[in-house]
Amino acid sequence: MLDNLQLLFVYAPVMNVQMIFDGIFIGAVFALAAYGLALVWGVMNVKNLAQGDFVIMGGYMAFSLYHMGMHPIAALPIVAVLMFLFGWVSYLLIIKRVIDNDMFVSLLATFGLSLFLQQVMNLIYGPEVQTIDSKFPIATMFDSFVTVPMVKVISLLLAGGFAALIVVFMKKSRTGQAIRATAQDARAARVLGINTDRIYAFTFSLNAAICGVAGVLVSMIWVLQPFYGIVYSLRTFAIVTAAGLGNLPAVIGVSFVLGWVEQYAGIIMGAEWQIAAAVMVLLGVLVWRQIQLRRQRQVVR
Amino acid sequence: MYKKYSVAFGAALAVGVAGLAGGAMAKVEGDTIILGSALSLTGKYSTNGFHTQKGYDFAVDRINSMGGVKVGGKSYKLAITYYDDESTPSRASQLTERLIQQDGVEFMLGPYSTTMTKAVAPVTEKFKVPMVEAEGASRSLFTQGYRYMFAVLSTSEYYLAPVLDIMADKAKAIGKNPADMRIAMAFENDGFSLDVRAGVVDKAKELGMKIVIDDKLPADLSDMSATLTKTKALKPDILLVSGHSKGAATAARQIEEMKIDVPLISYTHCEAAKVQEKFPKSAQGVMCPTQWLSNLPKKDKYFGDAAKWNSDFKKAYPEYSVVPYQTAQASAAVLVFKDAFERANSFDRDKVRDALAATNMETFYGDIKFAPEGNNIAKPMFYRQIQSDGSYKPIITQADMAFPRKADY
Repeated sequence: MLDNLQLLFVYAPVMNVQMIFDGIFIGAVFALAAYGLALVWGVMNVKNLAQGDFVIMGGYMAFSLYHMGMHPIAALPIVAVLMFLFGWVSYLLIIKRVIDNDMFVSLLATFGLSLFLQQVMNLIYGPEVQTIDSKFPIATMFDSFVTVPMVKVISLLLAGGFAALIVVFMKKSRTGQAIRATAQDARAARVLGINTDRIYAFTFSLNAAICGVAGVLVSMIWVLQPFYGIVYSLRTFAIVTAAGLGNLPAVIGVSFVLGWVEQYAGIIMGAEWQIAAAVMVLLGVLVWRQIQLRRQRQVVR
Repeated sequence: MYKKYSVAFGAALAVGVAGLAGGAMAKVEGDTIILGSALSLTGKYSTNGFHTQKGYDFAVDRINSMGGVKVGGKSYKLAITYYDDESTPSRASQLTERLIQQDGVEFMLGPYSTTMTKAVAPVTEKFKVPMVEAEGASRSLFTQGYRYMFAVLSTSEYYLAPVLDIMADKAKAIGKNPADMRIAMAFENDGFSLDVRAGVVDKAKELGMKIVIDDKLPADLSDMSATLTKTKALKPDILLVSGHSKGAATAARQIEEMKIDVPLISYTHCEAAKVQEKFPKSAQGVMCPTQWLSNLPKKDKYFGDAAKWNSDFKKAYPEYSVVPYQTAQASAAVLVFKDAFERANSFDRDKVRDALAATNMETFYGDIKFAPEGNNIAKPMFYRQIQSDGSYKPIITQADMAFPRKADY
C-alpha cells in the first residue's frame, strides 16, 4: 500500500491524470442510470431493482443494431425510444399493480422483472461476453502515458447533453412540472387534474429510456453480459442513497466521487477493494447523515 | 390385522424387488450401458454445457459404431441420460442424486465447470459412483480426498505457470537473467482463478521472478483500468490475467484502449472470448493456454490423431468452425470409461473404479494417467500465440514465441 502511494505521488504523478479522467468517464455513465433511479424512486416510491438490467438491455439493443450495420451513436435515439416503449409496457403489466402496495411488493416485483430480463437476454444472446467496437481513435498525452479513448469523451458529452435535456424538460415542460407535482403530493396533483397514472407510466418509461442510453454507452466502453446488470443496480442504489432523492447536482457529484474513489482504491489498496471502497463511501455518508439528523423531505427538482 | 401386515409386507417386498431389479437393470439395460450426466443446458454455462454434451455424444456414437464396449465376451452399447442443471450448483447435486437413486445410474460423466463439479462430487462420492469429469479444473477439487472422481484435464495451477518457464528460457536466449523478470498479474477473486494464481506464485518463486502487481479482480468488475494504469507506471516484463471469458474480454479491450506494451502478455479463455476477432490489435502476440491442440501428435484407435478427431467432429457438427477444447476433453472422458470397463471386465462399481485409477492410455486428447487424487498428470498444458492474422500458433519452446510482443495500436 505504501509503495503504491509512493508510485502515485512520487514516481509517476502523471498517473493521477489518467485516474481523474477514468473516474469522470465512469461517473458519467453511473450518473445517468442513477438519475433515472432517483426519478422513479422519488416520484413513484418504487425502488427499481431491475435498473441495471435495463442498462444491459439497452446495451444489447445497441449490439443488435450494430450487427445490422448501425453505429452505436446512431442507434442511441432508437434504443431510447424502444426502451421508452418497453418501460411503458412493463409499467402497465407489472408496476401499475404494485405501486399502491408497500415497499416490499415493489421490491419483489422489480426483482422478478430483473431475473426475467436476465434469462431472456441469456436465451437470446447467450452467456458470452459481447462488446461493440465504436472505431473511435484513442488520444494520448504525456508521451502516451495517459490514454483518452475518444469514445469515452463522446460518452461523457452525450451523458452530459442528455442530462441537461432532462433537467430542462423537468423544469420547463408541462409534463415535467406534472411529474414534480406528483412527486410532491400525488393526491393534491390528482385533485388539480393531473392524471397521475399517466405520469407514473411516463416517469417509469423515461427511466427505462435513460437506462437504455446508459446501456449504449456501456456497450462501447465496457462489456455486456446478461448477468452484469447487478453491477449497475448496486452502484446506482449506492449513488442515490448517498445523494438523496431528486437532487440531481448531488447525484452527478456523488457519481464522479464514486468513480474517483473506485479508481484510487483500485490503485492504492488493490483492485479487490475497488467496489468495497465505493460501498464504504455509502456507509460513511449514511452514518454522517444520521449524525446530522437532517431528515428533510426531498423532492425531484 | 394379520391381513394388513401381510399386505404391507408384500408391498414392501415388491418395492424391494423392484428396487433391486431397477438398480441392476438401469446401469446396464440389455446390451446398453447407461451413463448419467447433469449438464448446464440453460443458464450462464449453457454454451460450454452444449460443447461438453456434443463431445460426449460424438464419442458415444463413435464407440458404438466401432463395436461398442466388450465386457465378459459380450458387446455393449453406450448411452447417456442427461439432465439440465440450469447452471445452478444446488440443482446439479439434486439431479445427480436423482440420476443415481431414481434412474439407477452407476457411472457418471462430469458436469461443466469447477463450480458444478464441486456440487456433484460429494454426491457421487457418497454413493460410491465412479465419475469421469472433463470440465472441472480447479486444484481444490483434488484436495478433498475423493476416491471416485477422475479428471482427464490438466488442473488449473498449470494454466499460466508454464508461461513463466517459456519466459525464463527466452530471457536466457536473449542474454538476460530470468530472475530480473518482473510480473504484473490480476486474477478474478474466484476458486478457479486463484488456483491459477497459486501456480504462478509458486513458479515465480522457483524462478526468482518478482511479482510487482498482484491484484484480485471482483467477480462483477468490468473495469480493470486501475490495474492497467499501475502496469503502465511499473513497466513489468510479463502481464498475466485470468478471469474467465469476461476477464479476457475486459483485459483485451482495456489493453488496447490504454496501449499497454508489456513484452509478454498471457491470459486464459482467449478462444472463448474470441479476442482475436473482437480486439485484433490488442490480441496480437498474446499467449493463450489451452488444454489441447488440434494438431497434437497423439492418437487412439477410435478417433485417430487430434487432427482427425477435429475434422471428423466438424463433419458431424458442421456448425463448428473452431472446435473448443472443452468438446475434445469431453470425448476423451468417454474413451476413459470405455477403456476402464474393458479392463475391469465387469460392471461392479468398485472394480470399475480401480480400473479407472489404473488408467494409463494415449488418446487423441493426450496421455491420460491419474494421480491418486484423481487429476490427470500425464498431459501438460499447451500454449498458442495469437498471430497478426488472428490465427493461433502452437508454442512448444521459447524459439517459437514472438518476443517482445508487437503492439500495433
